[in-house]
Amino acid sequence: MIRFEHVGKDYAGWTAIEDLSLTVEKGEFCVLIGPSGSGKTTTLKMINRLIEHDRGRILFEGAEIRSFAPEELRRRMGYAIQSIGLFPHWTVEENIGAVPKLLGWPRAKIRDRVTELLEMLTLDPERYRARYPRHLSGGEQQRIGVARALAANPSVLLMDEPFGALDPVTRDTLQAEMLRIQAASGTTVVLVTHDIDEAIRLASRIVILEGGRIAQSGSPREILAAPANDFVADFVGRSDRGLRLLAAERVGDRMRRGETAVGEPLTVDASLREALSLFVARNVDRLPVQDGSGALIGAIRLADLVRPPPSEAAP
Amino acid sequence: MRRIDPLIPAAIALVALVLGMPALKPLFAWMFPDQARPLYEQDSFLSLTLDHLSLVGISSAVSVVVGVAVAIFVTRPSGRAFRPLAETLTAAGQTFPPIAVLAIAVPLLGFGPLPALIALALYGLLPVTEATVAGIEQVPAGVREAARGIGMSPTGILARVELPLAAPVIVAGIRTSVIINIGTAAIASTVGVKTLGLPIIVGLSGFNTAYVLQGALVVGLLAAVVDLAFDRLGGFLGRWNRDRVAKTA
Repeated sequence: MIRFEHVGKDYAGWTAIEDLSLTVEKGEFCVLIGPSGSGKTTTLKMINRLIEHDRGRILFEGAEIRSFAPEELRRRMGYAIQSIGLFPHWTVEENIGAVPKLLGWPRAKIRDRVTELLEMLTLDPERYRARYPRHLSGGEQQRIGVARALAANPSVLLMDEPFGALDPVTRDTLQAEMLRIQAASGTTVVLVTHDIDEAIRLASRIVILEGGRIAQSGSPREILAAPANDFVADFVGRSDRGLRLLAAERVGDRMRRGETAVGEPLTVDASLREALSLFVARNVDRLPVQDGSGALIGAIRLADLVRPPPSEAAP
Repeated sequence: MRRIDPLIPAAIALVALVLGMPALKPLFAWMFPDQARPLYEQDSFLSLTLDHLSLVGISSAVSVVVGVAVAIFVTRPSGRAFRPLAETLTAAGQTFPPIAVLAIAVPLLGFGPLPALIALALYGLLPVTEATVAGIEQVPAGVREAARGIGMSPTGILARVELPLAAPVIVAGIRTSVIINIGTAAIASTVGVKTLGLPIIVGLSGFNTAYVLQGALVVGLLAAVVDLAFDRLGGFLGRWNRDRVAKTA
């Protein structure tokens, strides 16, 4: 879907990106992470030519990005930044419909698409459609920003610290919605963040950047289990690494089907970290597990967090 | 009860004064008993007002077109280098008092409306250019970047994001420029242009305070009405920035 081949970028006097090669496959949720100045935002913005690369090649769907006009390329990729990026003089409907309008969609089709997106982001279309951004909360503005990026069904969604300015509760909700939307639409996502917990939660692949190079690239579990060097180990947090490993796995992967336990159940999609928190808070070593519809399907033990349970015996 | 918009009574008062000035003759006769001619009657106040407005309208239109164009040019990447020059020139345009510009222009261009138009257009340029530059520069960087990022062309960003967002500030600059010009246009009567300044100048040279008062009243009221009208226009263009009256049930 997106391929960097030995890409480099210099600013006056210093090298922002040095020989970066990376392939983002279709349907991947790729999170670029690193400290300030590591080149993560530069890397993202080179994809839609907001920043032009100096060396190497960048391919989008097999074609070099320089073979597209910048505007045409950008209209095929969704782009979301922090909530400040909404057009303050346009209503919610006009903001979301911006790219479809640039692409010349008929008005009725734009309207239907806006309705569909607002519903997908759990905002009542009739209440929100005609509002201006300044009359929305931060979380609502960010939802509109995501909706605008998704409006024209882009094959790639580029997100630059989209949840950075939100309070923890709103951020948590939006991350969950982002995962749900990405799973449902299969859109390829490239997201920049400096929050390792956000990366672990969202990414199918994390790319850790340091000084314009890739320090390590892999699934959250791979990176947490085997940091490639001291920088990565520090970045993923030496003392918290175990907890983050738990955050990277779901209760469904370690539960014992058919077993029972008492108490308020966990959902099968919860992370092992949430499970650990519940074990400690409730002072128990066994918790029941329910599926998405609320039906009890098994249980998980405290010890299962450390070592996966023996594989299920045939029922 | 709904508050009445002051624009409406002010506009009614202006129309009544312009059309009904002859009816006030007894009042001025009573106020100035020593004057043989207590009412300016050489021209109708309607024709003076229309002449005044067309002089202001044409010169302000030139100020706005040139001022906005210059401001757009110096805020583009290609024109950024010209910004100090443009700012110096427009500021110089306002440093010369219009009366001085008239004094220089008349020997070159003769008496009549042309020197007056040039003097007023130059004088009104600075507020428009300054406001347009300020309005475009206050567009948040994130908004501009988002516009680029979703694939708007540079012209599209200017026309659909920068100028609409700058509009309330630009209109405030135009408002200043036009109000200054309504007052300044009166002195154009010194070079033989018919404006509402004519009764004032005739009155000053003939020691007729009644004429001065009549001219000044209409000019002042005209400036007030135009000012209020621009206030409404600015409010309309900035409506997205208003606090919303909650309408949720």
